[in-house]
Amino acid sequence: MTLFSVDRLTVAFRRYQGLVGEVDIGCLSDLTLDVVRGEVVAVFGASGAGKSLFAHAALGLLPGNAVVTGSIRFEGERLDAARIAALRGRRIALVPQSISHLDPLATVGRQLGWAARRAGRKGFTAGDAVAALDRFGLDGAVLARYPHTLSGGMARRVLLAIATLGEPDLVIADEPTNGLDPDNADRVFGYLRGFADAGKGVIVISHDLSAAVASADRVAVLRDGALVATEQAATFREDGGAGLTPYARALWRALPQHAFSGVAHA
Amino acid sequence: MPVWFRFVAMRLFRLALLLIGVAVVAFALAKMSPVDPVTAYLGPNIAKVGPEQRALIAARWGLDQPVATQFLAWLSNLASGDFGWSATYNAPVVDVIGSRVAASAALMGLAWMFSGVIGFSLGVIAATFQGGWCDRVIRVYAYVLASTPTFWIAILLLMGFSVALGWTPVCCAAPIGLLPEEVTLIQRLHHLILPLVALSILGISQIALHTRAKMIDILESDFATYARAQGASRLDVALRHGARNAALPAITVLFASLGELFGGSILAEQVFSYPGLGSATIAAGVRGDVPLLLAIAMGTTLVVSLGNTIADSLYAVADPRIDIAAGAPLREIGP
Repeated sequence: MTLFSVDRLTVAFRRYQGLVGEVDIGCLSDLTLDVVRGEVVAVFGASGAGKSLFAHAALGLLPGNAVVTGSIRFEGERLDAARIAALRGRRIALVPQSISHLDPLATVGRQLGWAARRAGRKGFTAGDAVAALDRFGLDGAVLARYPHTLSGGMARRVLLAIATLGEPDLVIADEPTNGLDPDNADRVFGYLRGFADAGKGVIVISHDLSAAVASADRVAVLRDGALVATEQAATFREDGGAGLTPYARALWRALPQHAFSGVAHA
Repeated sequence: MPVWFRFVAMRLFRLALLLIGVAVVAFALAKMSPVDPVTAYLGPNIAKVGPEQRALIAARWGLDQPVATQFLAWLSNLASGDFGWSATYNAPVVDVIGSRVAASAALMGLAWMFSGVIGFSLGVIAATFQGGWCDRVIRVYAYVLASTPTFWIAILLLMGFSVALGWTPVCCAAPIGLLPEEVTLIQRLHHLILPLVALSILGISQIALHTRAKMIDILESDFATYARAQGASRLDVALRHGARNAALPAITVLFASLGELFGGSILAEQVFSYPGLGSATIAAGVRGDVPLLLAIAMGTTLVVSLGNTIADSLYAVADPRIDIAAGAPLREIGP
């Protein structure tokens, strides 16, 4: 059964033009996507394609001048703003892009505690915090550290730990491997795969096509705010992506590791 | 800890340099001013004194010496705690300042505290409900008062509450005709209210506007957005992330505004005839009481620069990203 879906999701920003005029600047148009439990769906696109905007729209985090149309459904229930706000942190969790999403003045331990309370967990103890970090290979000493002292890889794992505090059903990871070396990136993708194997739905937003193809079940390709293709990840790997739509195939073959093989086949 | 020791020692060294600099400038200004200390000292008695006697007084005070010698003599007296004699109040400068500081400290200390606490709260509220009616009211209040001179506010308050309504006394720090030991605390507070309000109103608007701007930046930051993604309410984000992160900049502004507080108190005390340092400054200026004026200038410098030093040190203590040992520039780091 579909866990989460968006149907014809369109996002525009309303700007003032002149003295009285208003103009809507379109950023996402007619996006339709779904994810089932146990599945990792990658949303791929170049910078400015609207990937992060999609994540913010799905979580109801857009600024006040955003105009959103279309529908967002969770377990079949159509969500309005208030309902999304109630699900955030509890059933739908975000793994944000970077360390700047952690409060610079609070220790990791405090931020875990705050996140646990926000997720509705009562009686969250230091032991629980240590256990949450331990799932991602971090030891308890990290609790006393401030965000600026964490490495990129550690920060990402702290963000993953925060995301799991509320035992969410859907995890949306926004560029979870940005700035990580391949080993750490593989690790993060491994954790996300683990979420899916445990029955959650996972949406990974990424501009790294090969990593997305390697770890996801399906890949949705965004271009200029519109979905141009939703492909099975396996299709990319078969026969140099011969079964792909033209834009996806062009992207896939443009990657350094495929360009040469593409030329050789031709 | 040696790092701390070096930090504090460096600050104290800079403070000493600053004080010497201010001493030079203040002394030079006093020397260049048209005020003649002998004339100022004699006052109305000037008619009875001939030029020979005047020269005698000048020689006795060392005014016939070169300016550099006079300056060094003054500086060494200062260093030994002798600030000279105030002709205006006919008492040693130290005693004059001592008695005035008590009255001013209550006024300025409370005004400082109120502008900090109330200003910060208003700023946090305005930013949390940005664009709402609450924000608009606070903003209009802050803009209007930030552009209003203290003395004008003071006169309006006096006309309204003391003259028209008769709720508050018209002047002074205590009822006229009472000995200091007969004045009750209630009477003191009663006399303090209007000057306090006049002085606080300005500080509040400045801190409120600054806090609001800082808070809005913070509420648009990545970590505030992420807090909302975790399911935090607007109030939760505003208090846990906004107020905590905005507190340090607000405290810095509060300490940095000590100079303006002094300036404001001079005007407010003058309007309310409140016997504090501010009115002593005016009296000293008008009557050419150089020793008192210089002493007040030095004291103000000390307090204002100590305030700034405390603000810097607070950053170092409260912000985990600042490592004193690394000598990071303290004010360039923001949330």
